Amino acid sequence: MPLTALSSATPVPVDILRFNTCGSVDDGKSTLIGRLLYDSKSLMEDQIEALERSADITGGGQINLANLTDGLRAEREQGITIDVAYRYFATPRRKFIIADTPGHVQYTRNMVTGASSANLSIILVDARTGVIEQSRRHTAIAALLRIPHLVVAINKMDLVGWSEARFLEIRAQFEEFLPRLDIKDVKFIPMSALNGDNVVDASVHTPWYVGPTLLGHLETVHIASDWNLNGFRLPVQWVNRPNNPTDASLHDFRGFSGQIAGGIVRTGQKIIAFPAGIVTTVKQIWTYDGPVDEAFCPQSVTLVLEHDIDISRGSMLVGLDHLPGSNTELQAEVCWMHARPLQPGKRYYLKHTTHTVQVSVTEIVNKLNLATLESDPAPAELGVNDIGEIRLRAAKPLVFDGYAINRLTGSFILIEQGTNATVAAGMLRPPREIVKPENGDYVI
Amino acid sequence: MRPARRVGKKSRQRLSNAGKIAALMSSYHLDHLQHLETEAIHIMREVAGEFERPALLFSGGKDSICLLRLAEKAFRPSDLPMPLLNVDTGHHFPELNEFRDRRAKQLGGKLIVRTVEDAIAKGIAQPAPGEISRNRLQIPTLLAAIEEFRFDCCIGGARRDEEKARAKERFFSFRDSFGQWDPKNQRPEIWNLYNGRLNQGENMRVFPISNWTEMDVWEYIQRENLEVPSIYFSHKRPCVRRGGQWLPVNALVPPKAHEEVRELVVRVRTIGDIISTGCVESPATTTGDIIAEIAAARVTERGSRADDKSSEAAMEDRKKAGYF
Ligand SMILES: Nc1nc2c(ncn2[C@@H]2O[C@H](COP(=O)(O)OP(=O)(O)O)[C@@H](O)[C@H]2O)c(=O)[nH]1
Ligand SMILES: [Mg+2]
Repeated sequence: MPLTALSSATPVPVDILRFNTCGSVDDGKSTLIGRLLYDSKSLMEDQIEALERSADITGGGQINLANLTDGLRAEREQGITIDVAYRYFATPRRKFIIADTPGHVQYTRNMVTGASSANLSIILVDARTGVIEQSRRHTAIAALLRIPHLVVAINKMDLVGWSEARFLEIRAQFEEFLPRLDIKDVKFIPMSALNGDNVVDASVHTPWYVGPTLLGHLETVHIASDWNLNGFRLPVQWVNRPNNPTDASLHDFRGFSGQIAGGIVRTGQKIIAFPAGIVTTVKQIWTYDGPVDEAFCPQSVTLVLEHDIDISRGSMLVGLDHLPGSNTELQAEVCWMHARPLQPGKRYYLKHTTHTVQVSVTEIVNKLNLATLESDPAPAELGVNDIGEIRLRAAKPLVFDGYAINRLTGSFILIEQGTNATVAAGMLRPPREIVKPENGDYVI
Repeated sequence: MRPARRVGKKSRQRLSNAGKIAALMSSYHLDHLQHLETEAIHIMREVAGEFERPALLFSGGKDSICLLRLAEKAFRPSDLPMPLLNVDTGHHFPELNEFRDRRAKQLGGKLIVRTVEDAIAKGIAQPAPGEISRNRLQIPTLLAAIEEFRFDCCIGGARRDEEKARAKERFFSFRDSFGQWDPKNQRPEIWNLYNGRLNQGENMRVFPISNWTEMDVWEYIQRENLEVPSIYFSHKRPCVRRGGQWLPVNALVPPKAHEEVRELVVRVRTIGDIISTGCVESPATTTGDIIAEIAAARVTERGSRADDKSSEAAMEDRKKAGYF
């Protein structure tokens, strides 16, 4: 057994690329993931055996790669994907976390779940049908979530005779509406998930295609940091106060624990604690592995501060440069995810970072028309899977950034009171004004 | 194409473990284990912040060993703000229980053990005629413990790469007042915003290491220098071949008349009950050996558990009934 290279104790930094597949039902999402795992030799013998067993029972002897991710009983019975399945695989170049998301319109909320943390989205299109409303919806959601990279996988090329003309036609359909969305990097790949063409291995059927295979692209695409290293933000999750510590030096320990949601923090640095709005200094950055001089997003730390300020869960500690907004009046784009439509005037809970407040929706500004990708103004309501812009009033001010600047301090969910259902994903517009520390209120 | 690193490879090798971590921190770049770690710590602290009476399920197995270290990282220098809970099937490997008790004591944690034996005696769990496995009977035992202590949240060490039903489960897995999972109706989980709101009697199961693979777990055990029960390492054990795997011979698994007992050098890859956990032949005596072995492995860890093999949807069915 080879025990050499792998038993080295030195941590070898390996990137993680998170991606998801989206597209309409039967476009071949689950088959594609199965193919990716199969051809990259990421499947184990017992998984292949299980596939073969179910092939004998249900597939007339043909193995069905989609069964690798369609793990629920109802999914296999109906041959569809109901909920996000996560799969993991690694090549020597990268580790991958895949979210296989369902295509049915009623499962759009699950697509948002799978896509929200992705670095890259794969949008599948059936080469026979070309662009349909679901392709536009999913591309719009990927753009809204600001997923940095998009791959349009034009699948089932085997069923259109590997026609370059058809490939170019579908690409043109996309390029017609892409400018209306804010997407930077899009790659088009012709493939057959079923037969494995251009998935892991280059296809002999597409001599006219000179780009990378899907795996080749996934391994080399540059993942710019998702994390904002500019303005320091620490939403306080938990106040760390030891009870009856045996160590005397901990008698007065009072730390504020949380995951850094933006920027870098250093000992000795001045910060403002919200909502108190008071300036203090970072005395210590405490971690289990010992104190550190600086820490950065998205590390989890515990800060000890110079002054005794009223800080609890939901408070936000911020650096003095790149200040956030603080307001009760908010404007945001939302993706509505519940069968009961969004009702203006109704109260919801809004969870933003570690802070939950009551809000009421004061206005629905517009709704995205998925046929044209233009906004229709002042709709009566937002129904399930609709995307639109709304205004909200919160019972207490939110300390926030625009989603475009910081995903973590610019996002929220809405929760329906009573049922506790998560009904919307929200992306905040930039604050109209930022807090001004120089007006004296903020200094101890 | 990784962001520039400030620390050269040579200088890093000379640093101590704490120094190494500090060096990695100062490069503004997290490697994959550090990413998984901060994600899990964040989830642990969300639990402490949002629930009134959480518990942490601790079996002594490798996944829950990682959970405990993550809990230390999340909550020190304070005490862990939640007790440890274990459902003892009575069919555990003795090495596991010894380790469980010792580790809980080291941490100064409160350990609550509820046994299937006791649940049967009280009529909470009812074995079917001839039912030997304690797998199903763990469920009512766990649900009774949740009711007894009015736990509103249980943190567990399940991972999505273990099994196809788990692969579909959220970090925050909502359970109704019967403890049931409804896979078709899960709450959307977006960014790192977890909805932990519950009504009376409802319950949450939270899985902070959902995104970890078996390899990640062992790499973390190695990086953190964590002790694990001795049965994970190579040792001599009498086994019989049954159902395509090597089962350890013991009072609950006596050899059948036609079976040949063989003394093998084995280890366990995943620990379930002593009656259903297959051993794998292995010379691995260190964490490094195990990592190398997994890198070369051609079967998944659950491939050695008879309880998951019974049907394609075995785990889904158990989870719907209230399993971890
Ligand atoms: N001919 C052909 N069929 C495909 C291809 N990819 C997927 N399919 C078939 O399309 C059907 C739907 O695939 P599935 O992966 O379940 O689609 P999903 O709903 O997007 O997950 C299955 O019968 C697949 O075998 C392809 O590239 N070529
Ligand atoms: Mg599918």
